[in-house]
Amino acid sequence: MAAMARAATTADAFNAIAEPRRRQILDVLAGGERPVNDLVSRLGLAQPQVSKHLRVLREVGVVDVRSEGRQRLYRLNGHALKPIHDWVKSYERTWSERFDQLDVVLKELKEKEEGDGGSGK
Amino acid sequence: MVGVASSGTATVTLPTEDQILVTRELDAPKELVWKAWTTPELVKQWWHANRGEVTVSEIDLRVGGTWRYVSVTPEGFEVAFHGEYREIEPYDRLVSTEAYEGIPNPDENATVNTMTLDEDNGRTTVTILVQCPSPEVRDAMIESGMEAGMQDALDLMEQVAISLR
Repeated sequence: MAAMARAATTADAFNAIAEPRRRQILDVLAGGERPVNDLVSRLGLAQPQVSKHLRVLREVGVVDVRSEGRQRLYRLNGHALKPIHDWVKSYERTWSERFDQLDVVLKELKEKEEGDGGSGK
Repeated sequence: MVGVASSGTATVTLPTEDQILVTRELDAPKELVWKAWTTPELVKQWWHANRGEVTVSEIDLRVGGTWRYVSVTPEGFEVAFHGEYREIEPYDRLVSTEAYEGIPNPDENATVNTMTLDEDNGRTTVTILVQCPSPEVRDAMIESGMEAGMQDALDLMEQVAISLR
């Protein structure tokens, strides 16, 4: 394996998965190891594009590859991805909870305004 | 009266290596969202995110004015944030810094958060763009989140775990 110019960081992995097509690739690979042809047909993208995305994902360690006969099989490296996924989900959950509470506050404010005959402030 | 439709979950994306973007639609006009966002007693009712209660909610809503929220988790863990208002355009846009007091040099590592409100037919989309001072600060946020034990494996990751065995 070629030496990398520098060690991949969590931030790099973040960037790698910020791209929607790359997230699609990860979704497919979450179902198991796949050859590149499989990804091409599932995503409806040209092979060079898929290969480019796979290269980015490999560079940050989110995807691993191995050769089997003439095929190259790609798979997820969940260890590289999990901290990011967990963090985004956790952040999303915090904000979802806040907004759910905000819905309640806003409902009360609306009812109060209607009760005031819509006079508002 | 028309029932309040559930507006779904907040969406979090990572547009660049040093930004976080949060969006959510709310069933209320932007004037009311602004009021709920900038009135201390109202902030107390929603900021806690169902994990304890907000004990301090201070808002000095003027450019250069400061804000500070403190919440206490059911386990008694105190979480405090503060910041300064940079730009205030009532009902439309609020730019402020946000510093987490639980890390060293909170103010040096503060993010700049731009909250915008877009109303359409009485519903308002809230967008919060969190600008970190550097990709490293965003990394640190992730790592601190991990340390706090906030991990929660969900859908994709359940499958990942299975594929890893």
